Amino acid sequence: MTAPLPIFLRVNGERVEAQVLPRLNLADFLREQLKLTGTHVGCEHGVCGACTVRVDGEIVRSCLTLAVQTHGACVETIEGLSDSGEIADLQNAFRQRNALQCGFCTPGMLMAAQDLLKHEKEPDRARIREHLSGNYCRCTGYQAIIDAVEVTARVRRESKS
Amino acid sequence: MTSSPKTQAPLSALHRPNSYIGRVVPRPNLDRLMQGRGLYVSDLELPRMAHAVFVRSPHARANIAAIEASTAKQMPGVIAIVTGEELVSVITPWVGVLSHLKGLKSAPQRAIAIGRVCWQGEAVAAVVATSRAAAEDAADIVSVEYEELEAVTDMRTALDLGTPVIHPSLGDNLAFERTLDVGEVDAAFADADEIAEAEFVFGRHTGVTLEPRAVVADWNAAEARLTIYQGTQAPHMVQNIAALHLGLEESQVRVVCKDVGGSFGIKVHIYADEMATYALSKLLRRPIKFVADRIESFNTDIHARDHRCRGRISVRRDGTITAFEIDDLTGIGPYSMYPRTSAIEANQVVNLVGGPYGTKNYRARARVVFQNKNVMCQYRAVGHPIACSVTEGLVDLAASKIGMDPVEIRRRNLIADDAYPCASASGLRFELLSHHAALNKLMAMMNYDALRAEQAALRKKNIHRGIGIASFIEVTNPSAAFYGVGGAKISSQDGVAVRLDAQGSVVCQTSITEQGQGSESLTAQIVGSVLGVSMSRVRVISGDTDQTPYGGGTWASRGAGIGGEAALQATKILRRNILDVAAAILQSSPTELDIADNAVVNADGGAPRIELRELARIVYFRPDTLPPGIQPELMATRHFVPREYPFAFTNGVQACWLEVDTDTGFVKLLKHWVVEDCGTLINPQLVDEQIRGGVVQGLGAALFEKCIHDERGQLTNANMADYLVPMSGEMPDIDVGHVVSPTAESELGAKGAGEAGTAGAAAAVANAVNDALRPFGTVITEIPLTPQLILTSLKRI
Repeated sequence: MTAPLPIFLRVNGERVEAQVLPRLNLADFLREQLKLTGTHVGCEHGVCGACTVRVDGEIVRSCLTLAVQTHGACVETIEGLSDSGEIADLQNAFRQRNALQCGFCTPGMLMAAQDLLKHEKEPDRARIREHLSGNYCRCTGYQAIIDAVEVTARVRRESKS
Repeated sequence: MTSSPKTQAPLSALHRPNSYIGRVVPRPNLDRLMQGRGLYVSDLELPRMAHAVFVRSPHARANIAAIEASTAKQMPGVIAIVTGEELVSVITPWVGVLSHLKGLKSAPQRAIAIGRVCWQGEAVAAVVATSRAAAEDAADIVSVEYEELEAVTDMRTALDLGTPVIHPSLGDNLAFERTLDVGEVDAAFADADEIAEAEFVFGRHTGVTLEPRAVVADWNAAEARLTIYQGTQAPHMVQNIAALHLGLEESQVRVVCKDVGGSFGIKVHIYADEMATYALSKLLRRPIKFVADRIESFNTDIHARDHRCRGRISVRRDGTITAFEIDDLTGIGPYSMYPRTSAIEANQVVNLVGGPYGTKNYRARARVVFQNKNVMCQYRAVGHPIACSVTEGLVDLAASKIGMDPVEIRRRNLIADDAYPCASASGLRFELLSHHAALNKLMAMMNYDALRAEQAALRKKNIHRGIGIASFIEVTNPSAAFYGVGGAKISSQDGVAVRLDAQGSVVCQTSITEQGQGSESLTAQIVGSVLGVSMSRVRVISGDTDQTPYGGGTWASRGAGIGGEAALQATKILRRNILDVAAAILQSSPTELDIADNAVVNADGGAPRIELRELARIVYFRPDTLPPGIQPELMATRHFVPREYPFAFTNGVQACWLEVDTDTGFVKLLKHWVVEDCGTLINPQLVDEQIRGGVVQGLGAALFEKCIHDERGQLTNANMADYLVPMSGEMPDIDVGHVVSPTAESELGAKGAGEAGTAGAAAAVANAVNDALRPFGTVITEIPLTPQLILTSLKRI
């Protein structure tokens, strides 16, 4: 078996040094080594989106990303986005709209939604639905999530104008 | 909202000032889940915990000739490799039958297979190692020698003489058969103006909980106690079953259930690999964790809905439906599941067909057969989608035969809103339903006539849109009639304990469980309202057999109606007890006092008298200052189970508006409407979201979801890329409306709402597709309605 490799990265702003096997994926690294269990593993083959995290500002499937690929990178998880307050308004909209039930998809869903909101100021419902189509939710039927993201986009636009 | 106060107003237990009942309030504890700080079983780690991975059969039916694990046992990190034989002394086998399902038979099932395997995915050995990766590495080199046998895969030939019998001791592959013949069916068909018939075919599908099944079992040999951390809907059921088969007392088993990543009925059963995990912990005297991966989920989570149902309907030219007749066939895999059995779905189909209508002539047969595929059992809305699709498909066919609008034929046959109480032809007792009010509301919400006009206009442009209507009834609030009478140790009653803590807040322990439906919220809403305290001061504890009262849990749409009523009754007692103490402290009378906004107040005028915080301080820390003879009881417990009716039936109607692309076969869902009646609405938003989520699971079945097996019983699409579930981009907005007919069985008046969406969604879609395709003269009675199926029906491919 291949020996562990050293990696150095930032996770939610903190410096992390670790030894990882080359085959270890980022999701397992975050969950099992760093105990950041907010990143969820739903399918382990890149379909469901529950493991979505940000690497150097771009959202990725952490189950399809190897931990060694994040050497030198800046990784952000749901714990980081929550503590920084970056998505406090989005989370509040989810709360008000009951846009989560079991909550298992929610960290990945919030990651993907924030990614859309960062890049587009006026996404319509169809655009929101399209952007979130890589994140499966089995509980809500999606409508409440779309509503919450739509509201957040509007509030952010209005607060800037 | 059409909810209206009950007759005891102005001061019933529920409709007090600042009541939370009927209000949209955010669920408590959402922040935990939104910040990634929940605790799902898959997140859990314990000291000395080891990981179990199962070696699973690649064959649907085979004898196990040999298992060679000596090389695998030498792999780094491997603690043990355990076969079925090695668990024989630890855990006993089980048989998934219940006595009220007469004639149901099944074979003993073991935690890990011994000697033979009966479906692709059945576990033949467990590898336990220090990490899951190490266990998977070792599992790869466990060598199992199989003698593959001919698999029984097609339910249609499962009972043929030439077909192998899966369990020779049972004599044949028939697990269960039920027949019913009510009224004058033959005469009705003989006298009919028109008869329509079809075979309805349903795709086998599964729940796809986003968090797979997960369990951590922790046998503490020193305490002789097993703690099971499991994502389950029924902790006390798990406690009972684990104790029974491990040779323990229930007091030696604690089941803890924190956050659960989706359940939908998938996590209300006892699975062989979970039993094996409990046993492995006992055998190896350490915590063992098993988390299914996605392939295992598809191969071992219960499947459902694998039915072929022939149906016939007779109708008079005036629209009167005179008879229904069905012949249902379903294949449940090699074993009836434990402990709820796999005959329930077919039994429900027999019960529910024709349910919304007043038709008195009804004949049904249902046969449940074994096959070498993964097990089938109860998944959300058990039997309802089958019964609804058959019933509503037949009603549309009948309407078409006599040239009547689909809404009109329903108006003429739905049970009248003033006909209650009454019973269906199959014997279901209805306390109070509202089919016509629901249909009228639906017509207004969807603007039916305008849609029909739009449909006609677009047809001229070769755009094919359709409207589908589906009325339904829904089984909720089950009493002991569901399982208990058949001998299952599955509680139909639930209990709630409420207590005032030392700072005047409320701690509430409930036996219903939370998987995202909002059990905690509705409990806190009821407790807060009845007691007169803020919801933020009510903390709800659930999912722990050491801490909560005994009860059934959350399934079959029972949490609000049964657990909610227990919460209401317990809180009434606590309120009375608090007022007794307050009266003593204040030298007043309990009848002159009330509780509002976290304080005891004057009943007349509402002037504050003493804060609950202060009252609690006195009771707990200065009882010496209370008058002699006063012993405050600031904790109360009550249990509840419905007794008058075996089930609280609800009703509703759905409509679907969609477009079929006749060139590609793709269906675009444009809009969906639901009107349902679950009685008292505790939190309208949560009810609406239950409906929407349920609808989308039904839409998945209608258009996408199917477990595709080949003729050898191999599941060919056991991954999320090939097994399609609804994505946000292809789902419509869903409008939800309510009619409110509270049940008189409880003071709360709530019925369930968890199955309603799933019950009727597929039927509405299928009727809409056939409505869209009407100009082509084709009718499809199979789901999922894939492009291939539609193009084949249109003879385009």
